[in-house]
Amino acid sequence: MKLDAKIPEGPIQEKWENHKASVKLVNPANRRKYHVIIVGSGLAGASAAATLAEQGYNVSCFCYQDSPRRAHSIAAQGGINAAKNYHSDGDSVYRLFYDTVKGGDFRAREANVYRLAQESVNIIDQCVAQGVPFAREYGGYLANRSFGGAQVSRTFYARGQTGQQLLLGAYSALSRQIGLGQVKMYNRHEMLDLVLVDGHAKGIIARNLVTGEVERWSGDAVVLATGGYGNVFFLSTNAQGCNVTAAYRAYKRGAGFANPCYTQIHPTCIPQHGDQQSKLTLMSESLRNDGRVWVPKRAEDCQKNPNIIAEQDRDYYLERKYPSFGNLAPRDISSRAAKEACDDGRSIAHGGQGVYLDFSDAINRLGESVIRERYGNLFEMYERITGDNAYKTPMKIYPAVHYTMGGLWVDYNLMSNVPGLFVLGEANFSDHGANRLGASALMQGLADGYFVLPNTLPDYLARVGAGRPSVNSEPFNQAEASVKGRMDKLMSIQGKRSARSFHMELGKIMWEYCGMARNEAGLKKALERIPALREEFWQDVRVPGQKEGLNPELERAGRVADFLEFAEMMCYDALDRDESCGGHFRTEHQTDDGEAKRDDERFAHVSVWEHTGEGARPEKHVEPLHYEEVHFATRSYK
Amino acid sequence: MKLHLKIWRQNSATEKGAFERYTLSDVSADASFLEMLDILNEQLIAENKDPVAFDHDCREGICGMCSLTINGVPHGPERATTACQLHMRHFKDGETIVIEPWRAKPFPVTKDLVVDRTPFDSVMQAGGFVSVRTGASPEANATPVPKPIAEYAMDAAACIGCGACVAACKNASAMLFVGAKVSHLNSLPQGKPEKDRRVVAMVEAMDSAGFGNCRNYAECEAVCPKEISLDVIAQMNRDYASAKIKQFFAPAES
Amino acid sequence: MSSLLKKYLMALTGFVMVGFVFVHMLGNLQMFNGPDAINEYAHFLQTLPKGVFWGFRITLLASLIIHVWMAILLVKENKAARPEDYSVNTSVQASLASRTMGISGSFLLFFIIFHIFHFTVRSIFPEYQSEAFYTALDGETVYNVYKMVVAGFSKTWVSVVYVVCMAFLCAHLAHAVSSMFQSLGLRNRTWKVRLDRFAVLYGWVIFLGFIAVPIGVLTHVIKPESSFTGTPAEALVINTNLSQ
Repeated sequence: MKLDAKIPEGPIQEKWENHKASVKLVNPANRRKYHVIIVGSGLAGASAAATLAEQGYNVSCFCYQDSPRRAHSIAAQGGINAAKNYHSDGDSVYRLFYDTVKGGDFRAREANVYRLAQESVNIIDQCVAQGVPFAREYGGYLANRSFGGAQVSRTFYARGQTGQQLLLGAYSALSRQIGLGQVKMYNRHEMLDLVLVDGHAKGIIARNLVTGEVERWSGDAVVLATGGYGNVFFLSTNAQGCNVTAAYRAYKRGAGFANPCYTQIHPTCIPQHGDQQSKLTLMSESLRNDGRVWVPKRAEDCQKNPNIIAEQDRDYYLERKYPSFGNLAPRDISSRAAKEACDDGRSIAHGGQGVYLDFSDAINRLGESVIRERYGNLFEMYERITGDNAYKTPMKIYPAVHYTMGGLWVDYNLMSNVPGLFVLGEANFSDHGANRLGASALMQGLADGYFVLPNTLPDYLARVGAGRPSVNSEPFNQAEASVKGRMDKLMSIQGKRSARSFHMELGKIMWEYCGMARNEAGLKKALERIPALREEFWQDVRVPGQKEGLNPELERAGRVADFLEFAEMMCYDALDRDESCGGHFRTEHQTDDGEAKRDDERFAHVSVWEHTGEGARPEKHVEPLHYEEVHFATRSYK
Repeated sequence: MKLHLKIWRQNSATEKGAFERYTLSDVSADASFLEMLDILNEQLIAENKDPVAFDHDCREGICGMCSLTINGVPHGPERATTACQLHMRHFKDGETIVIEPWRAKPFPVTKDLVVDRTPFDSVMQAGGFVSVRTGASPEANATPVPKPIAEYAMDAAACIGCGACVAACKNASAMLFVGAKVSHLNSLPQGKPEKDRRVVAMVEAMDSAGFGNCRNYAECEAVCPKEISLDVIAQMNRDYASAKIKQFFAPAES
Repeated sequence: MSSLLKKYLMALTGFVMVGFVFVHMLGNLQMFNGPDAINEYAHFLQTLPKGVFWGFRITLLASLIIHVWMAILLVKENKAARPEDYSVNTSVQASLASRTMGISGSFLLFFIIFHIFHFTVRSIFPEYQSEAFYTALDGETVYNVYKMVVAGFSKTWVSVVYVVCMAFLCAHLAHAVSSMFQSLGLRNRTWKVRLDRFAVLYGWVIFLGFIAVPIGVLTHVIKPESSFTGTPAEALVINTNLSQ
């Protein structure tokens, strides 16, 4: 596998401009001869589809939901960063770049991150022009807030629904192009394989989820914007349908998968209520500004009503361990501290997974009305889900999987090592390193879709020339046959267990051994148990219904089957990365304070995994990372 | 909890549907409504029966995918709550719950409780956008937007496109949905240049999809999970009238 | 015709009729001021310039026809938009009045036809057209509306029909008066509350104003014409006429 990042020459500030000036272009009159397939209609997919269509390319866009407007980008709450410096508080493109590289714990590619920071300002302009109703000040100008511990106010937001509004903006641009006939939209279609012709990505096999038909689609290039793989943990803040299938199928066709072990855990989610739980809900981190996190000092107090536990019997562990940051310790640190307290037998919620977030001090100090004003909607949401009144009794919280930094490897052009296969948004690995900062996911998805791909994809198209292959060619026959074969196999097993039960079991293994704290012994155990579970799956899964027509269980089974393979690669990566960095914490590598200890000597690189055959250990390739602008440093939150 | 369920089962848009009854026991009061259906489906799979198809995705009340009419009310009894955020504690032990799909001609049943809501997309494609090319946008702060207008636009833009308004309306009218989108874009300065064209095109698309007409029942407003108010319908009515009057008197310009 | 255009026509023609019923009600209340008052008022209306007189009538008739026509079109579309109804049919906040506009409207249509033939064309009881129903007013011979109304409402069943139909009118207005502003886009959240209250109030005012006359007649608050001018003998004649 050849990994050429194709980072342009020149000073970091000029790389992107230079690159744009040097790429090949397609004459406007010739663009209609090209046909681009885009899989996924979230921020990245919808914005890319709309922009390419505006330029004059023919686009086919696929999503598994019933409408492109439902992609999971819609659920992002907090905001989107942009280096507009509207507050004159010292922000700049360089500082956003610097913060992102540092926040990513020095595992992101500098040139990509710089470009992201540069494009961030254009995103805001674009979205405002589309009619995204960002929060405004009384003067009518855009409001900003500081988010996720940033020292500047650079986050733009639309109430707690920023992701929704940005997605609807991209969806409206996409809708316009669909209306004009420039984009053909295929809802309720799931990509099940990538088709390579002479080594280039030239098509996909997709299943029409309504009719059940397996269809062939060919194009001049394929763009994956299919999101992250957080659902490998079964319980996460992802939508139910989020899956790794498209990315994993591309991996099996030769695309490198980079850093699969990088997973972000969000510390303030609503804990699991029981075994019937299907997903976890995130609560804004801002709650930690006024809430105090604690568990009882004694395990026997855990079942008691928290309000009667005396002050001296409570362990405010974040304040105890991190006196200067206290309850505002970073996401990964506070997540791990919660796990430690629970592993110590002092969990206050179901299944040993929950700690208190207590507002009683803040209410006594500021009054309930102030707290209501600040967090009223969050308290309401909490009550809707749990039935508890957090003004009267402490909230229960627990960390949950929320975002995955790893993804398909891409070069500076967002093209994977498979020519013609481009990967955008959460599905690629490029910009967040080992840890993503708050309000950066939306920024990356839109930068990729609106501003990067539309400048880099034409270069590829111009080089290869127009002429998509016939869907009746041999590679399509072969890919379709393999998809159909797999579906037949899934349907034919008719065992005893549902696909969901396998997914739940896999999730437990992953959460236990490849979750927020990992170690060699645990990962090895996981690497034994996952293949065994996979084996059982292929022996004993029961998929009811038919291949024809809508069959959600068949969809689920296919996705779970891929998770069962993908999980193994994730554990290999976690095991291989014998250091702690960002969202990857190996208990063997921590400072005395429990901080992640990076090993820049051995691991300042991207681990890229290549498929080597069914059940075989994937082969690791390395893209070294060079830091010319931001120098290695260790963070400290003591 | 023990529950009796009466659920609409229908194999496809062309086949006839009917209710089937199921009984579930050991449902946690903390489970969400959709988790309750998950449990039912696990039970049906174990019994070698066809599980109930229903739409769902984010399960946090924002994607707009879930579409269940619960005891006659879209999204169920709780105000400002989607079915995915509705929890079983709001039901009584031993209760019989009737679950039906959204019922409207433009939303044919795909299977069981799954309906096809693509007419909403068609309405959006007709005019639910600002025609701005990527890259053609001016500096974001070049046009101030008065805060009350931004807030009003946001109230309307909060629509999740679930279709509960259509489902609840006794006439299966989509005017709350269309009104929300019209109001969002028409009230912002960025949407003004296309204001007339937008409202006319979107209303046309809505009509041709076969939705019913608004009779100002306000049922849509009552079930809307985002509590979008009838004001958006009033604005659509106003904008459409003004567009048509302008069109009538100055056909060349519109 | 677009859905909204139909709604506008519904609202605008409704507006005409909403205004009309108020004026009509005020006119009716002249009954309490004695025969001369109402007869003079009726005579004034009858002798308006032909253009004005027929202008009003045609406007009203056109409004009614368009209103009913739109209603039929809308209801047809609405029914088609929900081919399969819910098995559980409930309402969260739709008022009873809003849900029964079709029923109240149908009764009102029936009522309007009856009413016109009853008191305007006077063909249901043709004796209303007889000489006996004319009287002298300020030296002119004018139609004795007072006498006709008293005669009309003295029949209990007629009064009952009127009162019931006015209840439907009340319900129809309780939704319509606020709704027409919504349909024309002339309402917002604040005004919705005010207009909704006003609509209910308006409905009741119209209801009470209209039923006052039949109730007044039945309870003899509105006395037979004879008690003002007539002699017992004349009263007897009227009774005989009626019994024929």
